[in-house]
Amino acid sequence: MIVPTEWVLMLSAVLFAIGVVGVLVRRNIIVIFMAIELMLNAVNLTFVALARSRGAVDGQVVVFFVMTVAAAEAAVGLAIIIASFRNRTTVNADELALLRG
Amino acid sequence: MHEAHEALILHSQVLWLIPVFPLLGFLIAVAANNSHGLVKITSPLAVLASFAVALASVLSLTGADEGARLYQHVYTWIVAGPFRADIAFRIDALSAVMVLIVTGVGFLIHVYSVGYMGHDHDCARFFAYLNLFMFSMLLLVLGDNLLVLFVGWEGVGLCSYLLIGFWYEKDENAAAGKKAFIVNRVGDMGFVLGLFLLTWSLAPAAGGALSLDFAHVEAHAHTLAPATATVIALLLLVGAAGKSAQLPLYVWLPDAMAGPTPVSALIHAATMVTAGIYMIARLHVVFEMSPTALQVVATLGALTALFAATIALVQTDIKKVLAYSTVSQLGFMVLALGVGAFATAIFHVMTHAFFKALLFLGAGSVIHGMSGEQDVQKMGGLRTKMPVTFWTFLVGTLAIAGAPGLAGFFSKDEILWHTWSSGHTVLWLIATITATLTAFYMFRLLFLTFFGDLRADHDVAHHVHESPAVMTIPLVILAALSIVGGWVGLPEHWLWGNKLGEFLAPVTGHPHAAEHAGMLGEGALMAIATTLAIAGATLAYVFYIRLPGLPMVLSWRLRGIYELLRDKYRVDELYDAIIVTPYVWLSTMLWKVVDVQLIDGFVNGLAGAVAANGTLWRRAQTGNVQHYALAFLGGVVLILAYYVIR
Amino acid sequence: MGAILFLVLAVLTIAAALGVILHPNPVKSALFLIVTLFLLAVVFVLLEAHMIAALQIIVYAGAIMVLFVFVIMLLNLGIDDPDRGRRQVVLRGLAWLGGIVLAVELALLVRGGPAGNTAAAPAGYGGALAVAQSLYTDFLLPFELTSILLLVAVVGAVVLAQKQRRPTIS
Repeated sequence: MIVPTEWVLMLSAVLFAIGVVGVLVRRNIIVIFMAIELMLNAVNLTFVALARSRGAVDGQVVVFFVMTVAAAEAAVGLAIIIASFRNRTTVNADELALLRG
Repeated sequence: MHEAHEALILHSQVLWLIPVFPLLGFLIAVAANNSHGLVKITSPLAVLASFAVALASVLSLTGADEGARLYQHVYTWIVAGPFRADIAFRIDALSAVMVLIVTGVGFLIHVYSVGYMGHDHDCARFFAYLNLFMFSMLLLVLGDNLLVLFVGWEGVGLCSYLLIGFWYEKDENAAAGKKAFIVNRVGDMGFVLGLFLLTWSLAPAAGGALSLDFAHVEAHAHTLAPATATVIALLLLVGAAGKSAQLPLYVWLPDAMAGPTPVSALIHAATMVTAGIYMIARLHVVFEMSPTALQVVATLGALTALFAATIALVQTDIKKVLAYSTVSQLGFMVLALGVGAFATAIFHVMTHAFFKALLFLGAGSVIHGMSGEQDVQKMGGLRTKMPVTFWTFLVGTLAIAGAPGLAGFFSKDEILWHTWSSGHTVLWLIATITATLTAFYMFRLLFLTFFGDLRADHDVAHHVHESPAVMTIPLVILAALSIVGGWVGLPEHWLWGNKLGEFLAPVTGHPHAAEHAGMLGEGALMAIATTLAIAGATLAYVFYIRLPGLPMVLSWRLRGIYELLRDKYRVDELYDAIIVTPYVWLSTMLWKVVDVQLIDGFVNGLAGAVAANGTLWRRAQTGNVQHYALAFLGGVVLILAYYVIR
Repeated sequence: MGAILFLVLAVLTIAAALGVILHPNPVKSALFLIVTLFLLAVVFVLLEAHMIAALQIIVYAGAIMVLFVFVIMLLNLGIDDPDRGRRQVVLRGLAWLGGIVLAVELALLVRGGPAGNTAAAPAGYGGALAVAQSLYTDFLLPFELTSILLLVAVVGAVVLAQKQRRPTIS
């Protein structure tokens, strides 16, 4: 079945933008994390679409790697959140402002 | 006037030793700071060595042709385009006289200081400064060019400051030192400007060469335009007025009495203050190009002499009387320079060195014996208790008053003669009156100090004693010199005549012939002066021996004048009001307003602005990552916009 | 036919994504994300990336999201309450605006992009074999590096999540 690559890319763009807004707007840090995952998936979608339009598998291999890295990142990130939560009992991004200058 | 004969130049290998010996003495005194015994031997010895070398050099010169000079080139100091300056020394007739006076009298004073300052815990520093002073003074008189002279000139100014404020723990001593240095500086400014102008003005005649050598000046001075010569001469006069304590720059000399008495004797009587006289004598060719300047010089000298003598009449501090006397006698020397009798001025430098050093050292002996008392109103009757001091002081007093046959007689009379015979009748009158006053106040000093009853406290009276030999022997030697020192300059037709004048003539020129002798010959003037001197002395006798209450009554009756004189015409207060106070006000304003408020304010304000700016922008650093991410988004959007528009 | 299917999926995906970021309850947000991932997997299948689609479900939706849900449950988080302060409202508004602008710009940039999949895919395209062949030959180095990355992540996660040992006072 033929899917116009352009449409897929636009879908990917919208998903990416939604992810960005999610990162910027939500206060719960885990939800921010999930928005980041959303952005990664949008990128995955782009890769797959372009791979299909070229007829080469490389794009899908890249997606493979992205997923791996996303998994590792999720693991470490959540571990950090847990460690931070132990000290601070908050996951409110506004209150995690140690970088304040 | 200007003689163009080629002078014979003999090269010497040893001239450099003359200033270097005291320099070594200085270094030893600095290094061996704590070995007082060693320093008390090496310092006078260094000066003695200088004297020996100087004497030997001068003797070798007397056998040579008239007008010959010794010369030694030590080091080529500056070669910069058309300007050249060497470190070189010369001994000609003029510097011969000066160097012997400086080293000879200097040596005697060093010996005296061993006794006077020997017990001071800081005496090594004293001898170090004293030797350093000798070094500078010798540079001044031996220099072959104005630059070396100037180095010495500044050096003696420095040492004067160091020695006046020797006992710096007391504020007034330090203040006196500063005053001397600062007033000297004002004079030096004139001197330096004169040097610049002189060098520059002589250049065209010398093919563009800029030089400060005396030979160069003597050769080309006659090309100076009268106006230029006048300006140069007056600027140089400012320098001389500072160094030789003439109006209006004399104010430092009385204050300089805060220093130890040997310092007053050496620096402020015999040597440093004569530097101005020497300088003008040395550059007489320049002065002779400007009759106007010479007139100014003569008038200044005469007025200063009278001015200072009037103040000395009523002073009660033994050293202050001698200080004003020095200013007055320097006025005489300046007067002699002004009427063209340069050799005569040097003659008076020499005799004055003898008797003034004697008087100062004698005063030091009195102060020493009186346990530090300097007020003559608390002295009296020391004649019997301090005989050697008394007799030598008497010789000194007679010499300065112009007693016939003694040193001061011949030199002072020669000055008066040349003043009269060159037509300066008014100045002659002023000078003669001053000579009378001199006799009066010096005998007043003698009578108050050594005659009558001792008016001191019981403790002081108990301790009065004659000074040790190391102090009295120099007194005796100086007394002898004060007696015979004048015999080298007898009037022309007496015995062997004016030996000193003839010796100096090739360097200082001949004073013009006595065209204006008019009614009075030299003998008649001598008689007038001597009579007046005796009158002055007698008056002092009356005031202070016969009718001791008389001075008090007179000072009450004429108390306006009395107080004016006692307060030294309030010149210091005047200077304070018109110069010092505004200057301090200006400095304070520059400090508090310009420096603190404006400059510091600007710099601090700048820093404050930067900090404020930082504080402003710091608000973007919220620590909230989402805010940062929003900024990222903004940037990305803008970049993409660029691509979209393209 | 494929286009219509895709359109439907696209709308649903966008809706689910919006649900992720809009729903106040984090657990519901996680669930919405799982739905989004599933829908994306379907799109992958539509684009003949079968292997990737499978991985998407197994790894992403199956493992990573489970992890997320575990952590949410562990930390016992409540409802997310957005700050009503003026500054926060302005910033949120800016964020939405930026997001919309970004979407528009990206959409404009990808217009007239590469042609659709007019040509038929080569045989075996998107299957495990094809992917593996590319992975273990052309992309061998990244593969190895990724394995090290995973090792690091594992160690890091274990260390970070350890129970804090209290220093003993002797």
